[in-house]
Amino acid sequence: MSSKAQILAAVLANQPAKLPQPVFEPFSPQGQNNLDVFVKTAKGIGSSLHFFSGMQEVKNLITSSFSVGRIISPLAELSDIAETDFADLDAHTLENVELGVFKAHFGVAENSALWVTEALLGKRVSPFICQHLMLLVNKTAILQNMHQAYDSIGEADYDFGTFIAGPSKTADIEQSLVLGAHGPRSLVIVILG
Amino acid sequence: MIQELKHHATLADDFNQNEDRVGWHDDTLWWIREKRDKIAWQVPDWELLRDAASNIKDHVLSNLNPYLVQFEANAIANGITVHWAADAAEHNQIVLNILREKEINKLVKSKSMLTEECHLNDFLAENGVDVIDSDLGERIVQLAEEPPSHIVLPCIHKKKEEIGQLFHKHLGTPEGNSDPQLLTEAARHHLRETFLSRKATVTGINFAVAETGEFVVCTNEGNADMGAHLADVHIACMGIEKIIPERKDLGVFLRLLARSATGQPITTYSSHFKKPRENQEMHIILVDNGRTKQLGREDFRNSLKCIRCGACMNTCPVYRRSGGHSYHYAITGPIGAILAPNLDMEKYADLPFASTLCGSCTNVCPVKIDIHQQLYKWRQVIVQSGYAPKAKVLSMKAMAFTFSSPFVYHTAGKMGRAVLKYAPFTVNNKFNPWYKQRDMPEPPSASFGEWYKKNRN
Ligand code: SF4
Repeated sequence: MSSKAQILAAVLANQPAKLPQPVFEPFSPQGQNNLDVFVKTAKGIGSSLHFFSGMQEVKNLITSSFSVGRIISPLAELSDIAETDFADLDAHTLENVELGVFKAHFGVAENSALWVTEALLGKRVSPFICQHLMLLVNKTAILQNMHQAYDSIGEADYDFGTFIAGPSKTADIEQSLVLGAHGPRSLVIVILG
Repeated sequence: MIQELKHHATLADDFNQNEDRVGWHDDTLWWIREKRDKIAWQVPDWELLRDAASNIKDHVLSNLNPYLVQFEANAIANGITVHWAADAAEHNQIVLNILREKEINKLVKSKSMLTEECHLNDFLAENGVDVIDSDLGERIVQLAEEPPSHIVLPCIHKKKEEIGQLFHKHLGTPEGNSDPQLLTEAARHHLRETFLSRKATVTGINFAVAETGEFVVCTNEGNADMGAHLADVHIACMGIEKIIPERKDLGVFLRLLARSATGQPITTYSSHFKKPRENQEMHIILVDNGRTKQLGREDFRNSLKCIRCGACMNTCPVYRRSGGHSYHYAITGPIGAILAPNLDMEKYADLPFASTLCGSCTNVCPVKIDIHQQLYKWRQVIVQSGYAPKAKVLSMKAMAFTFSSPFVYHTAGKMGRAVLKYAPFTVNNKFNPWYKQRDMPEPPSASFGEWYKKNRN
């Protein structure tokens, strides 16, 4: 018997009597300002925030804060200051990217996580390999919690997607928090609108 | 890395040699436990979430067969190759075969407790494959040639000066420098090189979604993603109990996991892998290694609900003062003490006794596993099967005698207090394990029995 057949048979023999799939009704506090909670949570885990009305301000921020180094972004609006056609490059060649700028589908207030999928990233590795990361999210796209997040994702078909909350970090050395473990050293969140 | 067979009490003694370290370990883990409390209390429906997580996992265990079949079919439809391994040896062989076929002899690995359980690194090293662990804590214990001592905080037993020395020796950092910022920066450079040069990666899996065939990997460092998105071959390993029914169930588990583990609202990255990249090979290995057996043990099957958050370790008074290595098993702490005897009752007979049964683990567990009750039940199974650790047999006999007669119980208590008060040296000696590195507490002037008699009206 193959291992697969053997394992499945053993599971079938040993699994307890069927229990129904539970129905979970999440509790959503009313009257909460999701944006306020998002901002507070994001700051609490080391992200920095900007409120801008349009892409020109985003550009100004980028040119003033990241004057040296390679910048990538799939956003056409940034084509004059960033490489926008990196999607077909070998992933390893992104190794020297200083800043990556991407749009996020939405943000989640309770943990300040931003949901991005491969379609928004150009390449899967791009939000991880860059030294600094900037994510743009619409003011109206801040949801309360992870249940709303998955409601919003629904049946969407993506090849790869990830929630990103804050800069990459570690506390493995005596629990001292250090930002910039393997991924970006900083996360800049721009709230648009 | 293979330790000679020593039992929990002896290994805890080793750890207790250094009192400062024990104090630091104890305080630090308790601090993490407090962070967990603080953030959990900010979630108004925390207890509802724990109920939901527990119910979903119960439901999964009772339908595991169809869910595994569904998950495999969807993963294959997504372009992922699925393997099944009955035990650790088969799992390790599958990994090696995939690498051999691609003529790859270097691997970068992110944290996976399953591969620790299977001793994958040792096996691959014996077969000429070089493995580098990319989680910082795991890299540190790997350089120290030690196993991780905690499932979430692998090098929590190490002081920064020791890490500084290790890095000086292996990564060339300045001698005597133990600044966490500098050491982390050195590891970042060293591991970036590794990510860029390795063609294959192994990751663990936190959750595997039957409905969609995708799997989720959570890290703070981003090391699983750096490995997976740069490598040509991604091998993801999971125990068969990691299945959840639907994508939306992730909402429940991702709200609980990081809050329970480290007191964070969520890990930095919660990555959903559904399909391989173009020209990339993605493999999933579904591993049994004793899990189906545990599923059949009615009293212990609940342990398969574990999401490996580590909260039961951080809160455990025994773990905090005995250190993870005293459990001599890949999964340490209270949950490890339930999982290990399932694999080898004789070898791990000591572990269910390494607990005060205070129940703190059960109170913090995000999937509501009745941890302390299972430990208690294991003791009975182990004793009945004739594997009880010797010291425990003697003290249990004395305990049975003491508890069997109210007269002996009361007299023994009175005598105990008198001895503590008047002849503490007879208790504070090496025959009493609790005295090691500790002073016995001041004896109360009245025992509970006496106090109750006086105050019950
Ligand atoms: S048993 Fe519960 S508390 Fe312990 S690691 Fe598993 S999920 Fe966390």
